Amino acid sequence: MTATTSARTDAGAPGQPADGAAAAPAHTGSRATRVLGILALASSALLVLYGLVISPPDVEMADSVRLMYVHVPSATYLYLGCFFTTFASAMWLWKRTPGWDALAEAGAEVGLVFALITLGTGSLWGRPTWGTYWTWDARLTSTAVLTVMLIGYLALRRLDLDPGARSARVAVLGLLLVPNVIVVNRSVEWWRGLHQGSTLSRIDPKIEGDMLVALMVGFLALGLIFAWLMIHRFRVAWLEQQADRFDLDEALALRRAEASEPSDASEPSDASKGTA
Amino acid sequence: MWRDAALVAGRDLRVEARSRVTLQQVGPFALLVLILFAFALDPARQTLERATPGLYWVTVLFSALLALARSAALGETDGVRDALRLSALEPAGVFAGKALAVAAELLVLEVVLGLGVIVLYGAEPAGVGLLAVTCVTATAAVASTGTLYGALVSGLRARETLLPLLLLPVLAPVLLGATRAFEAALGGAPAEGWPWCGLLAVFAVLYSVAGAAAYGTLLEGS
Repeated sequence: MTATTSARTDAGAPGQPADGAAAAPAHTGSRATRVLGILALASSALLVLYGLVISPPDVEMADSVRLMYVHVPSATYLYLGCFFTTFASAMWLWKRTPGWDALAEAGAEVGLVFALITLGTGSLWGRPTWGTYWTWDARLTSTAVLTVMLIGYLALRRLDLDPGARSARVAVLGLLLVPNVIVVNRSVEWWRGLHQGSTLSRIDPKIEGDMLVALMVGFLALGLIFAWLMIHRFRVAWLEQQADRFDLDEALALRRAEASEPSDASEPSDASKGTA
Repeated sequence: MWRDAALVAGRDLRVEARSRVTLQQVGPFALLVLILFAFALDPARQTLERATPGLYWVTVLFSALLALARSAALGETDGVRDALRLSALEPAGVFAGKALAVAAELLVLEVVLGLGVIVLYGAEPAGVGLLAVTCVTATAAVASTGTLYGALVSGLRARETLLPLLLLPVLAPVLLGATRAFEAALGGAPAEGWPWCGLLAVFAVLYSVAGAAAYGTLLEGS
């Protein structure tokens, strides 16, 4: 539902005033993303149909298995988002072009959304299945740590910093994201491995028939949503960068125009000259 | 590079020795945390005794945050950052120097805390070799990671709150490894602790290399 409405996310000002500079689009939607959004909605509807109606309840987990059709794909796309962030950060450090910075931001932010979906559906599923919302399983623990890392990464991004300095810092932090996750995951796995087998392994099941189809539809629907969000978030980040640059350029141009104005200018511009 | 490192480490330690902030504030703070834990967990019920390794390392991490914030603050007064950039010291050397200085402070702190744990929690030291190696590797891990993340947030107004948020999740494996190794040593089964020491050493090497490589970018981008 949100797909078509916020497809027109208005990135506002940058396009309007500067007609001389390269015109930035006024919104982040395009024909391709609209098609993508409609496909995401359609496949979400299909997921509801398959996940809640057509697929049978599980022998062991009963109806709670239906959460898996959202949980497993969202965990996968969480890691994909993190991978985008680390890859884009590495590319930024190499190429130093703003597009990579925008991609790193999009990956982390969309990744965080999927991290929260993963943790939420996971603990809802854990309550009936394990009898508890949380258990100190290796995967749960490292996903929780990863979520905090993403929040920290985005917190650093939000700080009011000189754009160049911020890009360098967040790129180093983003580059470390996936290695950090791997180190945390390995060590937690090792820690829990000493006490008990991986709790989740017993539900890494052989699923077949309609349940397998439902899971595949889940991967498709969430994948389309992930792609749609990534594209829009990337474009918003891109427009933000443009806006920053235009604002600066415009302000400079205004000041220069003031300075070069002939001396017969009226009083207000004299006053602004004084402050400049 | 190592000469640069020695110069920077010498400077940081000299400033620290003269200002005595670490000695007079961070050390007492660490001991205070030990006392607070005793209030929180009733000492009579032996909870403290069982939790000693974990409490020890949590205290080290919290105190390390203070020491790291100190170390980062040293770089921000009197235009030190600009001077460092102009000095033609190798960034990797600057990183190593700052990390070494922090590591030296942390080692002193760990000895003080160790005495505190023995006196206050009644811990009986056993497996001293394993304890010592764990301290050295964990300290190297905390100091290298902390110096790297300290550089990421240095000069920001929100750095005091941001550093723990960024650093503590990354240090989770260090807390895990050091605690397990201490448990093994104090529990009289040092053979189980050595693999965790290995983990700490690998961690320390990884983040030292990452820090040395990234420090130039961070200095230039400030």
